[in-house]
Amino acid sequence: MFENKKIIVFGERDGVPGPVIVELLQSIGADIVYSVTECFV
Amino acid sequence: MDNQKTIKRLADDHGSENLMVVLGATDVEGVEITSETLTMGDPSFSGPLTGVQLGLQVYHILEPVIKAMIPEDLYREKLEMQEMLIDTEALQKSLKKIREESKVINLKSVKE
Repeated sequence: MFENKKIIVFGERDGVPGPVIVELLQSIGADIVYSVTECFV
Repeated sequence: MDNQKTIKRLADDHGSENLMVVLGATDVEGVEITSETLTMGDPSFSGPLTGVQLGLQVYHILEPVIKAMIPEDLYREKLEMQEMLIDTEALQKSLKKIREESKVINLKSVKE
């Protein structure tokens, strides 16, 4: 699913923070190009 | 708005067809607005993605398709609590619908 894909992570302070998502996705070899923890809009 | 600018730059650099987004927000409405922005453009018509249909594929870290790929012990340690607090079924239903719309956008852009 993540093969040959660049991954953008939008974490949220009150939900799942960016660094947690990054750690989980990197554990399965995903290529993260951008990660942020905040409200998007 | 800075995030929208960054996403636009990443799509220009890597190609939107090569990008995927994974969200961690807890409210379904917020997830819908974010995924709509990244798929069909900024619905508030105020940011750099206004009128920009990137058609990105957007997932949530708690969706079953992602959960199935993550080692079980790591998932339990990091996400089990959040999973209990979020309506993952509503989240998945909403994101699936937006991903279908995103596929239509991508098909249109291939034809053009």
